[in-house]
Amino acid sequence: MLKFVIARLLQGILVLLAIYAVTFFLVAATPGSPFSTERAIAPEILAQIEAFYGYDKPTSERFFTSLTNVLQGEFGPSAVYANRTVTQIIAESFPVSLLLGSLALLVALGIGIPAGILAAVKRNTWLDYIPMSVSMAGICLPTFVMGPLLALLFGLILNWLPVGGWFGPEFWILPTATLGLYYAAYFARLTRGGMLEMLNQDFVRTARAKGVPETTIVLKHCLKGGLIPAITFLGPALAGIISGSFVVETIFQVPGLGQWFVRAALNRDDFLVLGLTVLFATLIVIMNLLVDIAQVALNPRLKYD
Amino acid sequence: MRSIPFSSYIVRFLFAFAMIGSLTACGSGERETQRAARDGILLFGNGSEPKGIDPHLVTGVPENKIISALVEGLVSYHPTSDLESSPGMAERWESNADFTVWTFYLRDAKWTNGDPVRAQDFVYSWQRILSPELGAEYAPMLYVIKNAEAFNTGGLKDFSQVGVKALDDKTLQVTLGGSTSYFPLMLQHYSFFPVNPRAVEEHGGMTDRQSGWSTFDNYVGNGPFRLKQWVTNQVIEVERNPDYWDAKTVKLNGIRFFPIDNINAEETMFRNDRLHITNQVFPDKIPVFAEKMPEQLRNDPYLGTYFYRINVTRKPFNDPRVRRALALSLDKKLLVEKVTKGGQAPATGYVPTGIPGYEASTAVSFRPDEARRLLAEAGYPGGKGFPKTEIMINTSEAHRKVAEAVQELWRRELGIEIGIYNQEWKVYLDNQSSLNFDLSRSGWIADYAHPSTFVDMFTTGNGNNDTGWSSARYDALIEAARRAGSEEERVRLMHDAEEVLLNEMPIVPIYWYTRVYLLDTKVKGWYPKLLDNHPYKHVWLEPDASEAGK
Repeated sequence: MLKFVIARLLQGILVLLAIYAVTFFLVAATPGSPFSTERAIAPEILAQIEAFYGYDKPTSERFFTSLTNVLQGEFGPSAVYANRTVTQIIAESFPVSLLLGSLALLVALGIGIPAGILAAVKRNTWLDYIPMSVSMAGICLPTFVMGPLLALLFGLILNWLPVGGWFGPEFWILPTATLGLYYAAYFARLTRGGMLEMLNQDFVRTARAKGVPETTIVLKHCLKGGLIPAITFLGPALAGIISGSFVVETIFQVPGLGQWFVRAALNRDDFLVLGLTVLFATLIVIMNLLVDIAQVALNPRLKYD
Repeated sequence: MRSIPFSSYIVRFLFAFAMIGSLTACGSGERETQRAARDGILLFGNGSEPKGIDPHLVTGVPENKIISALVEGLVSYHPTSDLESSPGMAERWESNADFTVWTFYLRDAKWTNGDPVRAQDFVYSWQRILSPELGAEYAPMLYVIKNAEAFNTGGLKDFSQVGVKALDDKTLQVTLGGSTSYFPLMLQHYSFFPVNPRAVEEHGGMTDRQSGWSTFDNYVGNGPFRLKQWVTNQVIEVERNPDYWDAKTVKLNGIRFFPIDNINAEETMFRNDRLHITNQVFPDKIPVFAEKMPEQLRNDPYLGTYFYRINVTRKPFNDPRVRRALALSLDKKLLVEKVTKGGQAPATGYVPTGIPGYEASTAVSFRPDEARRLLAEAGYPGGKGFPKTEIMINTSEAHRKVAEAVQELWRRELGIEIGIYNQEWKVYLDNQSSLNFDLSRSGWIADYAHPSTFVDMFTTGNGNNDTGWSSARYDALIEAARRAGSEEERVRLMHDAEEVLLNEMPIVPIYWYTRVYLLDTKVKGWYPKLLDNHPYKHVWLEPDASEAGK
């Protein structure tokens, strides 16, 4: 297993380097500059600003300078937000996204997995049809519809909950519900599929014939295998969910990472774009590694190669 | 196994969440706006996260709204008048007869670090913003000062040659490059604001762009408020500054600036009673608000012009008749009533109406027959043979709507087909400044309430001209206005210059802005201002009597 992990980590580092290089040159080739402004700047002043951020150097030289800095953990200043470094921006907003993402994930797993199991066990009954229809609706109903609907109901009509900001637990509820219910729908469908496959296996029939109670069959014999599809989805979902959702953060004014992804790109804040890309790519690599390990642990047919 | 229907899970879950929420959020049963009004805290929707709060390095409106609470210049905003400046750090000021030398007499005032505010601080500050190494984008605002431009662009190295001098700790003398009677109005702009020299020197020095002096921990101001908290993307809170010279006038205990980019999120927060004032209102909803909450909907004139730039270096726009045809064929009244709906005024000239002492031009009224005649004279009768051209807009629903209406009006009146394409903001800016467009959506908001902020920009080679247009007569009129002996003469010359501009028409004026926003009725002392600059020290909050007992 150690060999597997080390090999995968080395692969991961190569992937990250490749992503960094591709992002850097794409960003460099994009039209527009972080320093374009609506009101004209004297060329002399623009030259000073560009020199300050190193934009007076050729692209290749900038690439190696920035790569060297990043390898030392230094992502540089934001080219747009005065007095803020990329590291500071990430350090301020990542914990918020992490909290929101973790809460949403709890909601997603807490609702999605039991609902999926239930639907599989009671398949072709209304206990299957209703949750599956609801989850289909949940998948089809994007967060930018769900969010405002929840805000309208609980914020404006019932007046129970605040609809914007991140100042305390009551502010967490609507964004968590919006993000969590969306993922719950996916988990419910994936779990149902996985469980159905397990429940149709021969060993289940044998177990039933031997008189093993249904609860034991479901929870002890089938659950492990039935969760594999959900776990496979968990990797990328986790990376996405904890690095912030632009839509949910925008609707509910959550000061997380998601807004920065879009803002950095629109502002052409090159250093921030690179920092966020590296962060997101790292999360994906790590989550996928963890998922692979979990899959081998759950599925006896898989081995570390 | 006992089973619970899934739908019941959702109901229970939401209900549980809602219960927790109702217990925590509404424990007192009082609305947030009401509670804040009792505490004297203004809840302010402020657009977007500020890019910084260093008055010499920022350029945006949200930044300005925060900085004007924290720092005070020589003068301050007048609560109601657009033509006057109230005293600020300067108790009083005077000028020589031709408005070229100004003397400011400073009062006893303190920085938040305890330093006295001295005339030398202004000299230091203006040297800072004009230093080429700092790369301040708004430095050109100070070019009105003698030799400031030469120093800023690196030609002059000796700052003592620039027209600003501290005669003593309390007297500042400013020598201008030309006669400028409206100089005190310009001083309201934050590029003229002082910074605390000690704070700047302690954190990186005068010309360091990333100097840490303007971070939350190190910020030093001299305004009616001081920083209390700053949570990125969430809130910037300022509180009353007890050491402010006019602290007795300040009625608010604090202001919370919420950076809310999203127009719908902002509106939801206002209706959820979490904001006293919004930054904007979605145009399509204006009629609804006008009907349902007329007391909260505010529609103030705003000193800005929405227009299209025409690239006069490209065919067929190198022909002034074509440009005039475009401008005269637009039924702008229809456009503001049916499309923008925010009470905007159809722009019949370039300089907006509302500047006292300057009568807005009526040269660009709706004259479709004349437009068709001009187009035919230029060789495109009925639009025949008119080449394929396009309007460039920056990506935005509102700009697209206007462009589509303009497109249709031109098709209807002139028979020409003009395309529309959108570009992301930064790409749009680059294309506009490199004249890589046919027609480009533009807007210009005044820096100060004087026509010069509009007409100066279309001189030959001006960085903000961006049309390729050049007129020796226009340049001469602007130069003459700059040196005019009296304000009447200056205004007349600027008027003449505007007529030249509107005759040659390198732009198509569309409408004059209004600022439409929602304002809670608890906010008092908030008057319409052409530049949307409201001195917070004169604003106060009155809790609703009907809710007081809750």
